[in-house]
Amino acid sequence: MENQFSQERKGSEVIVVTSGKGGVGKTTTSANVGTGLAKLGRKVCLIDTDIGLRNLDVVMGLENRIVYNLVDVVEGSCRIKQALIRDKRHPGLYLMPSAQTRDKSAVTPGQMVKVIEHLKEQFDYIILDCPAGIEQGFQNAIAGANRALVVTTPEVSAIRDADRIIGLLEANGFKQIDLVINRLRMDMVRRGDMMSAQDVVDILAIPLIGIVPDDENVVIATNQGEPLVGSDSPAGQAYSNIVHRVEGKEVPYLNLDRGISFWTRVTGIFHKA
Amino acid sequence: MRHFFRRRSSRQVAKDRLKILLISDRVNCSPEMMELIKNDIARVISKYMKIDSDNIEILINTRGNKSGRTVKPSLYANIPIVDVSVPELHTESGK
Repeated sequence: MENQFSQERKGSEVIVVTSGKGGVGKTTTSANVGTGLAKLGRKVCLIDTDIGLRNLDVVMGLENRIVYNLVDVVEGSCRIKQALIRDKRHPGLYLMPSAQTRDKSAVTPGQMVKVIEHLKEQFDYIILDCPAGIEQGFQNAIAGANRALVVTTPEVSAIRDADRIIGLLEANGFKQIDLVINRLRMDMVRRGDMMSAQDVVDILAIPLIGIVPDDENVVIATNQGEPLVGSDSPAGQAYSNIVHRVEGKEVPYLNLDRGISFWTRVTGIFHKA
Repeated sequence: MRHFFRRRSSRQVAKDRLKILLISDRVNCSPEMMELIKNDIARVISKYMKIDSDNIEILINTRGNKSGRTVKPSLYANIPIVDVSVPELHTESGK
């Protein structure tokens, strides 16, 4: 069955999830997009490229099943297959964890490309969770990728870093760079105290692929180690939409403005520039 | 009620700050060099008309605005003119 499937599929997509700034939601986005694609029946390999500070395993709830990791693979201490952790909840979903006790210099971009080339034979999607920063960890993460999701929050510092990252991705020949705006708070946007999704898109000038509202369910899901994509929560729905857009489908944007009174809409005019 | 009296929302402040910030981030030349370019442009233009040289804005765009595609960088200069009618073109040719 799986073999049949992999023969039919088109070439695999290698997507790097990156942001520049730390703490904006790269790992959460990687986990949810990867899980969401697996829920659609795709074969997905998530790779944590943050060597020394691994997190994707915890967000995925797979931290107790790690035996080998990415560094073991590139050093030849194990076969690729041995380092892949299968997520029992979703057929077709695998995680390649990072090493916790090593540093970024343990892997080179060339080695990453080799590992990815090998994984491409078996997976529809390879999703790389990039570390913060623009040093070697970033170079490793983008080396084998052909597509990028840039995650930002509607804050000055995160957008500035995202802009820098977009510049670097373009300089590295990336043709498909899409923007995920995370932790948007519509109540603050309405008050004029947060940049809107449109403001951020205007500044960064790359295609938008998703808006994830600030949602406490993300924290709860992370506590439980189970990505909330597809669940009946605002963020769960938003991630689900991103997954479909990653697959190339057109999905309308969630109405984040639900429940605003007429008065707020009227007074909202005054907050606009 | 305070909203009605507030001049600029923090959203607007953030947008304005980012616009300025990203111009210098995207350009690979230092603020000093931008200043030199600005002064040179001002010097040339002021030969022909009276300009407000304190309020010249120059910026280099490296990215397309709407399409998101990379475009060739271009330099924009916004030079406020005080008086267009400068009668005597004496500076160079006034021998």
